[in-house]
Amino acid sequence: MISANLLAIFYLISGILFILALRGLSSPETSRQGNLFGIIGMAIAITVTFLSIDNFSSGFLYVILFLLIGGSIGAFIAFKIPMTAMPELVAGFHSLVGLAAVFVAISAFISPDVFNLGSSGNIKLASLIEMSIGAAVGAITFSGSIIAFLKLRGLMSGSPITFPGQHILNLLILISIIILTYFLCLNQSPNFFWSLIAISFLVGFLLIIPIGGADMPVVISMLNSYSGWAAAGIGFTLENTALIITGALVGSSGAILSYIMCKGMNRSFFNVILGGFGGTDQTSSKTSKEQKPVKSGNADDAAFLMKNASSVIIVPGYGMAVAQAQHALREMVDSLKKNGVKVSYAIHPVAGRMPGHMNVLLAEANVPYDEVFELEEINNDFANCDVAYVIGANDVTNPVAKTDPQSPIYGMPVLDVEKSKSVLFVKRSLSPGYAGIDNDLFYRDNTLMLFADAKKMTEDIIKNL
Amino acid sequence: MEIDPFIFRLSIFILSIFVGYYVVWSVTPSLHTPLMSVTNAISSVIIVGAIIASLAGTNLSIFNQSSIFGFLAIVLAAINIFGGFLVTQRMLAMYKKKKKDKK
Repeated sequence: MISANLLAIFYLISGILFILALRGLSSPETSRQGNLFGIIGMAIAITVTFLSIDNFSSGFLYVILFLLIGGSIGAFIAFKIPMTAMPELVAGFHSLVGLAAVFVAISAFISPDVFNLGSSGNIKLASLIEMSIGAAVGAITFSGSIIAFLKLRGLMSGSPITFPGQHILNLLILISIIILTYFLCLNQSPNFFWSLIAISFLVGFLLIIPIGGADMPVVISMLNSYSGWAAAGIGFTLENTALIITGALVGSSGAILSYIMCKGMNRSFFNVILGGFGGTDQTSSKTSKEQKPVKSGNADDAAFLMKNASSVIIVPGYGMAVAQAQHALREMVDSLKKNGVKVSYAIHPVAGRMPGHMNVLLAEANVPYDEVFELEEINNDFANCDVAYVIGANDVTNPVAKTDPQSPIYGMPVLDVEKSKSVLFVKRSLSPGYAGIDNDLFYRDNTLMLFADAKKMTEDIIKNL
Repeated sequence: MEIDPFIFRLSIFILSIFVGYYVVWSVTPSLHTPLMSVTNAISSVIIVGAIIASLAGTNLSIFNQSSIFGFLAIVLAAINIFGGFLVTQRMLAMYKKKKKDKK
């Protein structure tokens, strides 16, 4: 049994350890230590919570039991999950945080006396507002993340689902949430509380269905942010510093990531959230259907070009993740290096399905992180490079973004792949990418298309090196 | 005149947003995926609320309406804590520097 003041100080310490955990991620060297800080912070928070409980009822055993059940499930998932499935795993984890926030809010609503929030039906107004926010945001996070998970996992079509009046409907529902919260505060009727949660679930669902697959980096970051705000809302209800600090950290982290992702696509946050981008019904895809000459080659040509190059830049994209080509790619780079070729990797901020997706996959394939560069760091190097090897990326290399103001991706920062002496573009067909527009790069004189599966083509090139 | 404790918590909250803002901007873009998984793990500190909720019952009735929600929340948060930290650890272990003398 420890005093309330001491308890608050321990929660503050775990909050600080969480800050240090994020701080550690500023470089790969300090990151592992940072993660350890996070674990210690969590251990402190849980331990002192146990110590703060004065009547050790037999319920305590169940707490340990359920903790171990959840922990084993989590550990099992963490060890089993392939790195390519990381986006859906993160989405899945977000949904759990959201649902946990909802459950804690429900529990606090049913028996507020346990949390010192007043008595049932007579909860302090501030607490009631805080728990409503926590519950509503948590519910939105939960159902939104479930949809994101289904889309990323491929269990649901990645194309946007839109219907007329969608935005009006969303707006009306959001207004009804505010009205419900108002009435809930007025008479504390459980009916209002349950409706509030139910409607919030609906919002999360409606909010994410119109957003297409390649916009998922923004969605995941946004849901990350929401899960933080939900935790902060509960933190205010429970008057818990650790939870408030963490909620604020996670909330701002997710918000910054969403901002970086939107900037990487040169689209406003609202443009992404309102959705409908990149559907199969894009008009521009049909306009230029006249046959333009395309040069295509085979693995032998590609191997010859790269073997005789002095520098090669690899541009990976989502296609590499789908084909699981990262290991083959690393092998190819190893043999190139043996031939004295300088190789680096160029990563576009929105390559893949979540922030940093490509970096993790390359790290998994044992690519040293100091060979991997961000767009701003490497973009000037394309002009001096002999071969750019584009594997599974498309829209992020399209020069149209720099030249054609009519194009939907105009203004988006792109990798200046076309400036290199020759471009090897691994792709299964000439079909347009996510934005639904033709890639001008395919028809350039210095582009050689390699029509094949990313992994198979890379393996074939290795054989020819 | 006394200051409502809420204001103190609000101050902590707002200052933490600023701390978060600066700390997260300093995160290297190549570690954005581990950032997401670790934020996932730490936001599950919501488990402290779940623990308090789950002990709402008495010795006679461990499982009452509100403690059941508490227990459910414990399971969910524990999945996230263990899963989040371990998967972050697994990812971070993969980030290696170039060997000094490569041959």
